Amino acid sequence: MALLKSLAAREDDLSNPANQLKFLSNGIFKKGELPLFKDKIAETDHFPLKPKKLEILQLNLGYMCNQVCSHCHVDAGPDRKEIMTIETMEQCLEVIRNTGAHTLDLTGGAPEMNPNFRWFVEEASKAGIKDFIVRSNLTIILANKKYHDLPEFFKKHKVHVASSLPFYKRDKTDKQRGEGVFDKSIKALQMLNAVGYAQEGTGLKLDLVYNPSGAFLPTNQEALQNDFKVALKEDFNIDFNSLFAITNLPISRFLEYLIASENYEDYMYALVEAYNPTAVENVMCTNTISISWDGWLYDCDFNQMLGLKVDSKVQHISDYNEDLLNDRNIIISQHCYGCTAGAGSSCQGTVT
Amino acid sequence: MSKTYYDPADLRKFGNISEWNEELGTKFFDYYGKVFEEGALSAREKSLIALAVSHVVQCPYCIDAYTKDGLQRGIDKKEMMEAVHVGAAIKSGATLVHGVQMMNKYDKLSM
Repeated sequence: MALLKSLAAREDDLSNPANQLKFLSNGIFKKGELPLFKDKIAETDHFPLKPKKLEILQLNLGYMCNQVCSHCHVDAGPDRKEIMTIETMEQCLEVIRNTGAHTLDLTGGAPEMNPNFRWFVEEASKAGIKDFIVRSNLTIILANKKYHDLPEFFKKHKVHVASSLPFYKRDKTDKQRGEGVFDKSIKALQMLNAVGYAQEGTGLKLDLVYNPSGAFLPTNQEALQNDFKVALKEDFNIDFNSLFAITNLPISRFLEYLIASENYEDYMYALVEAYNPTAVENVMCTNTISISWDGWLYDCDFNQMLGLKVDSKVQHISDYNEDLLNDRNIIISQHCYGCTAGAGSSCQGTVT
Repeated sequence: MSKTYYDPADLRKFGNISEWNEELGTKFFDYYGKVFEEGALSAREKSLIALAVSHVVQCPYCIDAYTKDGLQRGIDKKEMMEAVHVGAAIKSGATLVHGVQMMNKYDKLSM
C-alpha cells in the first residue's frame, strides 16, 4: 500500500538509520544463520571493498517528493523538507566542472521540486558531462502546471530521463506508488515521447526503472524489458530505450514493509542465496560518489540514507578531492546483499 | 521439533537433501535446473505449468516457490489463477472420467 506519511513524519523508530543498521546486524545474522556481508565478500578476497575509477557523480537534490511510495529507500515525501541549497549546488557545480566522471545523475525525492532545479540543470549541462541523467518519478510532470513543460525543458538541455515505473499494469503500480500514479505516469511518458524522447534520430534517451512491487527479486532484465516494451507499445503506444531492473534494498520504508509483512527473513535468505561474487566486482559504489542535499559524500545513495558517510579524510563537497576519495574503503553492511543478488543491481540496472 | 508437518522455513533447506546422498541429490538438482531452462517452452510457461502442478500435487512448498517465481517473472494474478484452474480441471476431470468405469461395472453386474 502506498503510504500517507514518511517514517520521519511518523517518528517511527526506523527513521533513525542507526536502528536500521542494528536490525540488519541482529537476528539471523547475529545468530550466524546467514553470513555477514563482509565475511561473504571476504570469501573471494573482496574485503575491504575498494573503489575503481570514478564514473558517476550522483547528486541528491532533496528528499521532498510528491509521492510516498511504500518501497522508498529515501523515505521521501511531501513532508520532507531537506532540500539542496543554491550554495551547495554551486559547490557541486565546481566539482562537476573538474570531475573525471562521465555521468551526472540527479535524484531525490523528486529533484524537480527543488526550487533551483532548472537553474542547476542549465549550469550543469554546460560542464560537458557525457551523460546527464535526471531521475523523474513521472507524476511530477502532471502534479502542477509549473511542471507541465518539463519534457520540453529536459529536451532543451539534452537530459537523459530515467523514470520509475514499477510495472506496465495499473494495479501493481498504484499499490506501490499510490492511487492514480499509473495513469499519470502513462500520460507523462506519452508527453516525453511527443517531444522526441525514445524516438529514432533524436538522441533523447528515456529509460525506465523497474523495481519489484513486493518481497521478491527482479527477474532477468532483458525479459522484463521485452515484456514492458510489448505491453506499453500495444496498450499505450509508448516507446522507451532501456529498462533498468533494480532490487529493493532492505532499508527504510522497504525494510518497514518487510518487517510488517513478516517477509524480512525470507527476503534476506533470498538475497544471500542469490549472492553473485561477479556482481561484487561491479557494484555501483565502486564507480560512484553519492552527494547528499547538504553536501556530504557517501559510497552510494543507500549508504546516504543510512547516514554512512565515506570513510575518507574528505567527507564533504567543500573539501572534494577525487584522488583522496578513490583511496577509501567502501562502507558495507547487510543491505549490500541487495546489490549483489543475481545479476546484481545498481541505479543503472544489472551489473553483470 | 515443530508440531506441524509443514514448516515454510523448511523450503530453504531443500538443498540439504544432498547431504545424506550427494550423488542422487546432485543428479536431482542438476536435472531440476535443466528442466526449467528456456527451451521449446519459455521459462515463463514452465513457471505457470509448475504452479498448476504444485496445486494438483498439493505441495505447499511448491505453491510458495512458484507463486514467488511467477511474481518475479511479472506473471499476474489472473494468469496464475487460470493456471490453477487448468490443474483443478484436469484433477476433477480425472476423477469424473472414472465414472465411466463405474458405469461399465454397474452395467456389467446388473441384469
